[in-house]
Amino acid sequence: MLKLLAPMLIALGLPAQAYTIYVSNEKGNTITVIDSETLEVTATIDAGQRPRGITISPDGTELYVCASDDDLVRVFDTATLEEKHTLPSGPDPELFILHPSGNPLYIANEDDNLVTVTDVHTHTILAEIPVGVEPEGMGISPDGSVVVNTSETTNMAHFINTETFEIFQNTLVDQRPRFAQYTADGSLLFVSAEIGGTVSVIDPSNGEILHKISFDVPNVVPEALQPVGVRVTSDGKKIFVALGPANRVALINGETFEVEKYLLVGQRVWQLAFDPDEKYLYTTNGNSNDISVIDVEAEKVIKSIQVGQQPWGVVVSPN
Amino acid sequence: MIRLAMMAAMVLAAVPASAQDAQVVKSAVLRVDLANKLPPISRLDLAPENMGFDGALLAIDDNQTTGRFMGQDFVNENVLVPVATLEAAPQAAVAEMERLIADGVGFIVSMADAETTLAMADAAGDRALIINAIAPEDSLRNEECRANMLHVAPSRAMTTDALAQFLLWKKWTDWFLIYGSHPDDIELAEAYRRTARKFGAKIVEERVFEDTGGARRTDTGHVQVQKAIPVFTQRAEGHQVVVAADETGYFAAYLPYQTWDPRPVVGSAGLRAVTWHPAQEAWGAPQFQNRFEDLAGRYMRPEDYQVWLSLRVLGEAATRTQSTEYQVLKDFILGPEFEVAGFKGQKLTFRPWDGQLRQPILLTGPRVLVSVSPQEEFIHQVTRLDTLGTDQPETGCQIER
Repeated sequence: MLKLLAPMLIALGLPAQAYTIYVSNEKGNTITVIDSETLEVTATIDAGQRPRGITISPDGTELYVCASDDDLVRVFDTATLEEKHTLPSGPDPELFILHPSGNPLYIANEDDNLVTVTDVHTHTILAEIPVGVEPEGMGISPDGSVVVNTSETTNMAHFINTETFEIFQNTLVDQRPRFAQYTADGSLLFVSAEIGGTVSVIDPSNGEILHKISFDVPNVVPEALQPVGVRVTSDGKKIFVALGPANRVALINGETFEVEKYLLVGQRVWQLAFDPDEKYLYTTNGNSNDISVIDVEAEKVIKSIQVGQQPWGVVVSPN
Repeated sequence: MIRLAMMAAMVLAAVPASAQDAQVVKSAVLRVDLANKLPPISRLDLAPENMGFDGALLAIDDNQTTGRFMGQDFVNENVLVPVATLEAAPQAAVAEMERLIADGVGFIVSMADAETTLAMADAAGDRALIINAIAPEDSLRNEECRANMLHVAPSRAMTTDALAQFLLWKKWTDWFLIYGSHPDDIELAEAYRRTARKFGAKIVEERVFEDTGGARRTDTGHVQVQKAIPVFTQRAEGHQVVVAADETGYFAAYLPYQTWDPRPVVGSAGLRAVTWHPAQEAWGAPQFQNRFEDLAGRYMRPEDYQVWLSLRVLGEAATRTQSTEYQVLKDFILGPEFEVAGFKGQKLTFRPWDGQLRQPILLTGPRVLVSVSPQEEFIHQVTRLDTLGTDQPETGCQIER
């Protein structure tokens, strides 16, 4: 029924489908809920102690939030915004990634040098995988066969086989790798290094670094150019990189890896999320307590929305 | 325990075939301890037995995680050199260093006074790189610089500049300088005078707090302190802040709340400029603090941080160059490619002209972080970090590296 309805709406020239944007506020201990059509805040919910990583199930019914100081993952019903239950996560969960099928959840335990694998249906831990020092970034290949974890002090991307839970490949990248993102076709992996100031473009088949993207913004000191969140359009043509205290998102050509544009957003921009149509990209700006909305086609910042204290992560509902 | 075993198994499986013969990277931390050193006036400042050495243990753990994947094995020896007098320190330290060099150690972290560190650098020549982890003397970065000596410890000028930038940001431009009577205190006072000239602050009055000896700690000693400090500080020229220069550590801690005029105290007490503080939580530091506390059973001190960072410098250089050669490591560390992360929110690099590590300096109160310098308003054509300490145009270091 829904499938039939969607093309009809487009045919009638109505606005794109409304999605829901969820923002975790690290200091405010809340989740801000925003309607993508009106770009207005519709609700604010309690999220436990120090919510950081945030993601949503493929069917859009369950919202997962790392409550770092509660040492667990909270699961919210997106229809009621009520907490359904919690999931064991291991200590100090920071960032996680959901298997494309919707299960399991791969969680970086920053304090314990582990990646914890948690079954979201049975609420049990399936495995604990020892990785480098201070694991943070988590990426997964589109076919779900490989999870990539970055460790911030070991300065490596660890490639983990999701069947055996074993590391089979390591790539040394620059200082403090924060985030790992595959292209939709799985052919490339991007790893940002916050202190190194670079994004490594890696061939995931052999772990080799093909290219290093670096940044240069007039009148911004080089040490402020700190890449964190990375998102790539599904056609692989546009790469967006959040540059932390440089208060900008870099737009990079997916074929030449040249930076084409720097978009001025809020202060200390860390994480990014597309809506399912890739019409808009949302950025969390931790030091200005807002999110910026980037029009992906126009390559412009169109709005900023006040959220809770120190927004950290963002996810958009799939429907 | 199970996790450790898993880690070991994973590591073995992950070592590339070409690196079966792990390259051994040898280092040492050499700490000179003076016998009969006077105790600090606060028992909270008693030096822990493994001060610095615990930082080395953590650094080697950290280096090993990358090293194992890269086929390198980091081995460090913590060496204690007890001496009866400071005069005996250079000779004793050099003798230990010779033993270490003969054992193949090419990277030595010095936890010693300036003279001893210099003696080690001169004796080592191009056989070992000496990393100064604690001596703050500006002379070591200027006229007494050496080609084989690097500084992870910040210079006095860096810490006084860091503090001054914050004071000027607050518009606290009129300083009442109180300094101790020992040579190190007098040097520190001179660093504050230079800093005041550099940034345009005014030292409206100076007083020397004479060390007249006596016990550092006595029962109910606070009774006399409460009476003595107001008298000592009364009728000073109008000032916004008291700057205490007490590197020896015998009086500054008595100043806060006891001054005649109600003014904040900065410098050696109150707001202090340090490389590390146990309350530092920014830039991913909590995990680092936890790892140290699990290992050492105590909070991390600046000395531990500086030793940790010294050995992380070695770890980065050895990993990136895949070398243990003195010249290769030194060239890389002082070259444009070198960078190391130190939980300070930006990459740390060395000044090629004097071998000093560029680093943000924490300004801390007793319980929390207050600010971090350089302050944003102090701009620089290369990096704001070079607004702290001796910049290239002013350097007194004239050596070929």
